Parts: sequence; C-alpha cells; structure tokens
Amino acid sequence: MSVHKQVARTKIQNNSLNSSARSPAPNLPIGRASSKISDWLIRVVAVTDTRPPTSARGQQHESHGDLRSLSSSLFIIILHFLYEIMAVHGPVVKIHPVVLASIVDSYERRNEGASRVIGTLLGTTDKHSVEVTNCFSVPHNESEDEVAVDMEFAKNMYELHKKVSPSEVIIGWYATGYDITEHSVLIHEYYSREAPNPIHLTVDTALQSNKMNIRAYVSSQMGVPGKTVGVMFTPLTVKYIYYDTERIGVDLLHRTRASPSRTNGLTTDLAQVASAAGRVQEMLSTVLSYIEDVLSGKVMADNSVGRFLMDLVNKVPKITAEDFESMLNSNINDLLMVTYLANLTQAQIALNEKLVVL
Amino acid sequence: NLPFFITCLVVLKIIKHYQEEGQGSEVVQGVLLGLVVEDRLEITNCFPFPQHTEDDVDFDEVQYQMEMMRSLRHVNIDHLHVGWYQSTYYGSFVSRALLDSQFSYQHAIEESVVLIYDPIKTAQGSLCLKAYRLTPKLMEICKEKDFSPEALKKACIGYEHMLEEVPIVIKNSHLINVLLLDLQEKSTVADKHELLNLSSSNHLEKSLQLLMDRVDGMSQEIVKYNTYCRNLTKQQQQKQQYLQRRQQENTQRQSRGEPPLPEEDINKMFKPPQAPPRMDTLLIAGQVNNYCQNIKAFTSQNLGKLFMAEALQGHSS
Repeated sequence: MSVHKQVARTKIQNNSLNSSARSPAPNLPIGRASSKISDWLIRVVAVTDTRPPTSARGQQHESHGDLRSLSSSLFIIILHFLYEIMAVHGPVVKIHPVVLASIVDSYERRNEGASRVIGTLLGTTDKHSVEVTNCFSVPHNESEDEVAVDMEFAKNMYELHKKVSPSEVIIGWYATGYDITEHSVLIHEYYSREAPNPIHLTVDTALQSNKMNIRAYVSSQMGVPGKTVGVMFTPLTVKYIYYDTERIGVDLLHRTRASPSRTNGLTTDLAQVASAAGRVQEMLSTVLSYIEDVLSGKVMADNSVGRFLMDLVNKVPKITAEDFESMLNSNINDLLMVTYLANLTQAQIALNEKLVVL
Repeated sequence: NLPFFITCLVVLKIIKHYQEEGQGSEVVQGVLLGLVVEDRLEITNCFPFPQHTEDDVDFDEVQYQMEMMRSLRHVNIDHLHVGWYQSTYYGSFVSRALLDSQFSYQHAIEESVVLIYDPIKTAQGSLCLKAYRLTPKLMEICKEKDFSPEALKKACIGYEHMLEEVPIVIKNSHLINVLLLDLQEKSTVADKHELLNLSSSNHLEKSLQLLMDRVDGMSQEIVKYNTYCRNLTKQQQQKQQYLQRRQQENTQRQSRGEPPLPEEDINKMFKPPQAPPRMDTLLIAGQVNNYCQNIKAFTSQNLGKLFMAEALQGHSS
C-alpha cells in the first residue's frame, strides 16, 4: 500500500511540475493550490486503495493496471481543476453581452463552406483586466494548409469604429469553434502586431459539449530558447460584465426564451410593475418554504442563511402607522395632482386644435 | 399596424452606444439595417453615428455611411437602410429635425421607422424602446412643404395624427437563446432592482419642467395665431369700409356727372398679413402630448409601487 501511495505521490508531483511550466511565471498561489490538490488526491488514493490483494502474481499486475487507470483519471481531474485555478493568472477578461451577440450573429451569417468566423475585439485595458466592449467580424478564407485574412478590411473597420468611440482599441481577436488550430497561431501573430499581448477568445457555436463554451486565452512563448520555440495559449478567467441598462435589456431578452415563436413584445408600464411584484412574491414563497423545511427539521439550518433572513426582515422600515399613512398619502396626492395636470394639459391642446380648425 | 421584428443584437448595440458615448442630454444617433419581408420590417443590425464635434468640420457623414455599409456587406450583414435610431432626454424628440430626417427616410423606403430609445426610463427598470413612423397624411403635407393653416385644415391633421407608433417584437434565433441561457447561468444575480424603486420626485420634477417650457412655447404660438386672426378680421373690416366709401363716392360722382374714380387694386393696398406657419404649433402640441403621456405612465407605475409598499407595511405592523 505504501508503494502505491509513493507512486501516486510522485505522479502528482510530476503533474504539479508540469502545471508550473504551464503558467507564465512561478507564483505562490499555484504552489499552494497544487499542494492542496496533492493532499486531496493522496487522500483519495488512500481511500480507494483498501482492496485486499487476491494473489501474489495477480496482485502485481492488478495493482499496475489499477494505478494506470487511476492516474489517468486523476490526471484528467487535475487538468479540469487546474483550468479553473490556472485561469487566475493573467488579466481577467470582462465581456459585455453585445460582443457575444455580435459573434453569434456573424457566425449565423457566415459564407457557405466556412466552418468558422473570426473577427477583431475592441475594448479597453487596464492593469489587471481587459474589458471587451465591441467587436466586428473580418472576412477570411481558411483551407487545409493556408489561411488568408483580409487585413485591409480590418484596418478600415477599425478606423470607422474609432470615429464613433475613440477610446476603444484593438485588444485581441475572436474565433468561433472549440479548438485552437495552427491557423489560429498565425492569426494571433498578426494580431500581436496590432496590440500588445492580444487576447484570443473562442466561442463554441457548434455546441460541442452541449454548452456554448466561451474561453479566453493569452499566448506565451514556450520551448527551448534558441532551438524549437513554440507558442502556448494559456487560459484566462472570463467574466460577464453589464452596464445597468444592459442588464435591464438582457432581462427583457431572456423572456423571449419562454415563448415558442421566440418573440416577445415590450410590455406596458403597469404590467411591468405587476410582473415585478409577481417575481418578488415567488422569491418570498421560495424563502418561506425553505423556512418551513428548516422548522420541521427536514433541512439543516444554515447560519449564514439565517443572517440573511434577519437582514431581510429588518429591511422593512419600522415606522408608526400614522407617519406611514401621512407619507403615503402625501406621495399619492403628489402623483394624483401631476396626473390631473397632465390630463388638463392634454385637454387644453386638444381644444386648441379644434378651435384653430373652426 | 403590423409589428416589426428586431433582434437582440440591435437592442444591445443601442444600449451600449448610449451608455458609452452619450452622457447628459446629448442625443446619440445611428442607422438601422435590415430587410423587408412581405411588407413586414425586420431589423437585424445597426451601427452608430459619431457625434458632431467642432474640430471635425470636414467629417463627411455620407462617406462614413457609405463606407460602413460597404464593409458590412462583405460580411453578409443586411445593408438595406431601413431606419434610424435616436436616444431621447425625458421624451423630448418631437422636433423639426426628426420630422425632416424621418421624411427623407420614409420617402425612400416606405416602411422606415425611427426607433426612440429612452435611456432614463430604461435605467428605471424596463427597456423603453419605441418605434414611430410618419402618418401618410403628414407625408403628404411634408411633400407639399405647405404649412399654412389652410393646408393643414384641409388635410384635417391634428397633433395626434403626426406620428404613429409601431409595436416592436423581439425575435431571437435559437443560437442566441443558447447564448442567453449560458449568460444567465454564469452571470451574478443583479443586485439592483430599479423597477421597484419608490423615489419619484426627481423624475417628476424634470418632466414637469420640460412640460412647462413647452407649454410656454405653445402659449406664445397661440398668441401669435390669435393676433394674426385679429389682424385678418380687422383688415377685412377695413377693406369693406374702403369699398363702401368708394361706392358712396362713385354714386355721388355719378349723381354730379363726374367720371367715377378708377378701380384700384384693393389687394395691393391691403396686403393680407402673413399667416404664421402652423407646423411648429403642431410639433409643440405633439411634444406636449408625448410628455403628458409619459408622465401619466410614470405616475401610474409609481402609484402601483406605493400600494405595494403599503401592503408590505400593513403585513408587518
């Protein structure tokens, strides 16, 4: 058993060494993260390693096969884990929904026979993050052994866009599709001439993993200096960022998912308040059912949720009934007066209209 | 009126354009692109117009537009100019400029619309995007360019018949739906629910102030028209008096045997006063109407919210 543990531990050490080679620079968090992973994995190995050996020869063979399959599955787990943790390094990529909608739209309009579309990303950068706010697609031809991108077009479009929003700069490029191909490397090289440290964004519109995977990469050199030098794409964290008005717009757009014809009209004002009230009611009933469950013992009570509940109950301001009445009445009076004035004005201009025609 | 389709990309682009480039009471404008499918309009893309800056006098708008459309055609984006969009400040968009632009668009393509995006109302909780078209009656009048009261009377045009609102329907493709699902999963829950905000006085004050300005303008126009009417009637009276005197004199002269005085051209003597153009009045009336409707919608929403707050308080007390 100790031999297995030892082999597993060395495999994990090797993996953590590989992981540090993947990062652009050795960093403390990675060391801590990989040690955490190795501890966790050792515990996993120890737990799964409690089978009694069958026979002397069979034991050796079995243990090797088990170890290989175990280590390969462990390797895959580590890779996925590391993607999440690795992505902490490098700038954070903040994307606005406009960009994604535009990419999807240009994918839908691609030429016959093109399997993917590429385009330029525009936005702003600062020390720790890159904010992508706009994009445009660039026509390109791609075949097995060559790729041609219309660079004139890209330059032209960038000039035109700069006239509208002078603060946006080229920060990278996007491509639809799941993998990074060799052609991507060439295109990325072109873009690194336009922008320092460009970001490469992939949007999986073919929905390979039943989800639209949106990933961002930054390229870095790897290999032996002087001899074979290659380019490696390291993943970055992707966050979605909205302006307030954008979020409100996106909320409305979400409702088109519900209708079968994918359409949705814009609602009238009072109906919106009604639907907002409905939403609050739903949320309240969810919270109430959770509280019932906790009280009847079905669900364990969670202290943090309890604290949130206290916040919620305390948010309703405690005012004496008369004060509240007077506040409410004065507000209602204001609104009613304004409505009356508006109606009066409308009647006035209608009257004026008729008098002129006489 | 048939509703027309708009895709989510256009909505997002318009929101972004205002957010980034148009702070304060500046209007931002842009062009809508799309296609006409069996007399139904579909807007599929848009691009913004740069602001008019003072140091860019030689900026050629037409050239920018041409270049943009040519480039977009390369990437298979519909390049039919089906309308334009504009942001508005508290609903004040009924103006001569808008009329002129919309007329030129509608002259070229009959189904053009102007999309008015109200960012302040949107920030209050729900997307406010309205589409307008000029009524056929107004199109006729604009074509004639005759804005005198008689012409308007003949056409029976009132301020309510100037712009007609076209309902908007948002239509998304399946892939966009997938994207929206993905976004919803991965984004954090919104922490601001502006729609249920109870404060109303700021918005009301500004709206009422704008309304008062317009009403003042309206009253000035009315005064102008009234003076014109009065002048006209006075002139008629004077003409009558002159004619009568002439006739009297002529009969006197005839009785005395002298030749009658030559008939003078009374029209040259009494030049009719200039009729004030009614177009401005019409526009102001339309604008006032729009303000009033917005205010009423806003107050009804707020009343609803106040009653909700009352219910909440009632439960806890």
